Amino acid sequence: MRTISLLRQLSEVVLAIGIAPLFVGWIAQCRAWLQNRTAPPLLQPYRVLRKLFHKDAALATDASPLFRSTPYVLFGTMVLAAAIIPSIATDLPFARAADAIALIGLFATARVFLSLAAMDIGTAFGSMGARREMMIGFLAEPALLMVLFNAFLLFGSTALPSLVDGYATHHSVVDPSVIFAAIAFLMVLLAENARIPIDNPATHLELTMIHEAMLLEYSARHLALVEWASSLKLFNYACIGFALFLPWGIAIHGADGGAAMLIAVAALAGKLVLAGIGLALIESLSAKLRLFRAPEYLAIAFLLAVLGLLAHLLLGTSAHA
Amino acid sequence: MPMQSTIFDLAATPLPSNVPAIRCEAHGDAWLRLAEKMRAAGSRLLTLWGTDDRDRDASFCIRAAWLTWEGVVVAEQRIADAEDPSYPSLAELFPAASRLQRAVYDLLGVRANGADTRGWLRHSGWPENVFPLRRDFDATKQDAADPEPYPFVPVEGDGVHEIAVGPVHAGIIEPGHFRFSVVGEKVLRLEERLGYTHKGVAKLFQTMRQEDGHRLAARLSGDSAVAFSWAWCAAQEFLTQTACPPRATQLRALALEHERLANHLGDLGALGNDAGFAFGLTQFSRMKEHLLRANCEVFGARYLMDYIVPGGVAQNLPQHAVGRLAALYPLLDEGTRAMRAIYDEHAGVQDRFRGAGRLARDCAEQRGALGMAARASGIPCDLRVDHPWPPYDALQPRMVTGTTGDVAARVQVRFDEILESLRLCRSLLQGLSHGPVCTEVLRWAPNRIGLGLIEGWRGPVMIAVETGANGTIRSCHTHDPSVQNWPLLEHAILGNIVPDFPLINKSFNLSYSGQDG
Repeated sequence: MRTISLLRQLSEVVLAIGIAPLFVGWIAQCRAWLQNRTAPPLLQPYRVLRKLFHKDAALATDASPLFRSTPYVLFGTMVLAAAIIPSIATDLPFARAADAIALIGLFATARVFLSLAAMDIGTAFGSMGARREMMIGFLAEPALLMVLFNAFLLFGSTALPSLVDGYATHHSVVDPSVIFAAIAFLMVLLAENARIPIDNPATHLELTMIHEAMLLEYSARHLALVEWASSLKLFNYACIGFALFLPWGIAIHGADGGAAMLIAVAALAGKLVLAGIGLALIESLSAKLRLFRAPEYLAIAFLLAVLGLLAHLLLGTSAHA
Repeated sequence: MPMQSTIFDLAATPLPSNVPAIRCEAHGDAWLRLAEKMRAAGSRLLTLWGTDDRDRDASFCIRAAWLTWEGVVVAEQRIADAEDPSYPSLAELFPAASRLQRAVYDLLGVRANGADTRGWLRHSGWPENVFPLRRDFDATKQDAADPEPYPFVPVEGDGVHEIAVGPVHAGIIEPGHFRFSVVGEKVLRLEERLGYTHKGVAKLFQTMRQEDGHRLAARLSGDSAVAFSWAWCAAQEFLTQTACPPRATQLRALALEHERLANHLGDLGALGNDAGFAFGLTQFSRMKEHLLRANCEVFGARYLMDYIVPGGVAQNLPQHAVGRLAALYPLLDEGTRAMRAIYDEHAGVQDRFRGAGRLARDCAEQRGALGMAARASGIPCDLRVDHPWPPYDALQPRMVTGTTGDVAARVQVRFDEILESLRLCRSLLQGLSHGPVCTEVLRWAPNRIGLGLIEGWRGPVMIAVETGANGTIRSCHTHDPSVQNWPLLEHAILGNIVPDFPLINKSFNLSYSGQDG
């Protein structure tokens, strides 16, 4: 039993690392179709990673060890986060070590390291990007916490696996608060992953960048790791969303091995395909917000999450009731 | 339209040009007096340039051209003091003169008194006491000087810091340096530093002959190849009294409107993309590509390079051309209207466009804005309407103006100009004359000045050529409206936030190469 759990844990992490770039490639492909462009190959993100790993890294002369170690820290935190999030199974030995609040802490750690590394070189763009990233971050985190609190209230636990298990055992629960929370979560997901309408991952205009501005000085393997970590972050966020709002198919605690896992992987693939189409659609339909609209946007996300909480408290439904 | 033989109290002589133009001399005090009267009359400074005439009459010559409601007035003053040549600055009266005067000093060593003395084009590319446009300049033994710091105007205050952008940018664009003084994200001041693409065009012209000049002119700013080559050819044809065949002038106008269409289509797409609306870019890129392919089939060049030659155009329309274009225009018309509806109704895009980079009419008038940017601020000025030359006199183009002067206004003006250009193209195609498309151009007489002034897509481009003996070029000055409009960008950005700059910049889309010369 113990080895099977470990095996599940291991396979989940490997799966996350392996298909995170594929998810990004899929979104890029959907976006291209929606914009009437010829799509890049689905495997393009892997090709980019391979290219970057084969290059020689160029470092600024003023780069400190912090700048050099940050890509590894980023990648490490995102892998760790992937280990905590129940993307295909809930019986994860690792997940017991940290709950969803610790998960937000992990994301915050990554953000702090990346921002410090961006300022480390001392270019105007790095500092500018770091400044904007912190602004988005400190507004997005409370909104994300509120979203999670919605789920916590429903199932009385802060651990993501128990939430999924909770859904599975109380499948009659359709709580209006979930809808508010889901919209709020989607808004936070877009903001936190440097996507339109907050940031534009495809831009070449350095003055408008947020996430990209912090990466301008990275090259080769460092850049590859940062890019990989970014795609892992998006994958992780998607999986948090699935765990909170679409938990069907995830192998729950006590489900027997092989078959449940296969179903879980298939369900995850299906959900990612749909999520990719959805994200591409949102990105194609909307324009980028003026930077100072970002606080309003994230305030709305926060407000929706709070409304969810209120709805829950007022209506008084609970899985435990 | 004949112009008067005097301008204010100065004797004037007509100048060979495709628009009404006169030339007068204004030495010493008369220079400033003329400038003051020009200012009072509401004329705009078009350009200012200098030539080394020490081989001829032991003096330097400084010329200024004004755009008045009657036409162009070129004033010249001779500066006899060859040791320490200087002239009164016009920058107080015409802010656009400042950079032009700095450029004149860098190239010719003639100083404008009482003006900004910082370098503009030199960039330590050659020593400080060497002036390339002087006739005794020896290009074979010049080295680059040691790099010198450039004193940007500092902004002091609590929390004010600078963001230095360029000349190397993250995208593939021309080089230019922008120094922002900001508090947080708000821009307090923007100072541009240009000149990175200075190629010595004026000097190169002096080594060329009259039959080659149009090719260099076309290459001054690639997106205005038609406008510049037409301006050159107009100057040359009026100097040699060549009558361009009617069919050739119509084909030239067709090419000029195609150039306008291509630039507006490309920029509207890029504006959408800069607002994070990539759908706009792909749609407009598709339309632009249709146009460029048609250009290639009909005119023999996608970007119409070297289509206009002295005496006419390089090639007649191929057999199928009229049908090909008649099929293209409705496609562009419908596509543009559809995209306009999408842009207009997209809340996110409109939120980015409206109010961003507002250039008030007062400011635009005060600083002598030209062309499309001026029209978007509500200033009616379009050479095709104000001083129509063939075939525009028969076409009667409609003046397109905006009111608000922000990015949204420049977008609307571009949309309207696309539709108007399509109308002109259809009209040209229907009324196309028969006959030859090129005629012979004779050799020009030496020591005369000719002007070519064409409303390109950005605004009026000008070529002023001074003839030499045996078909050589004594001097040639090229002018792109970007010179006037670059400083306006410094005003339009004030009070906006840093991440809106690329969008505002793109709405003007000024030429670096054209301003640097």
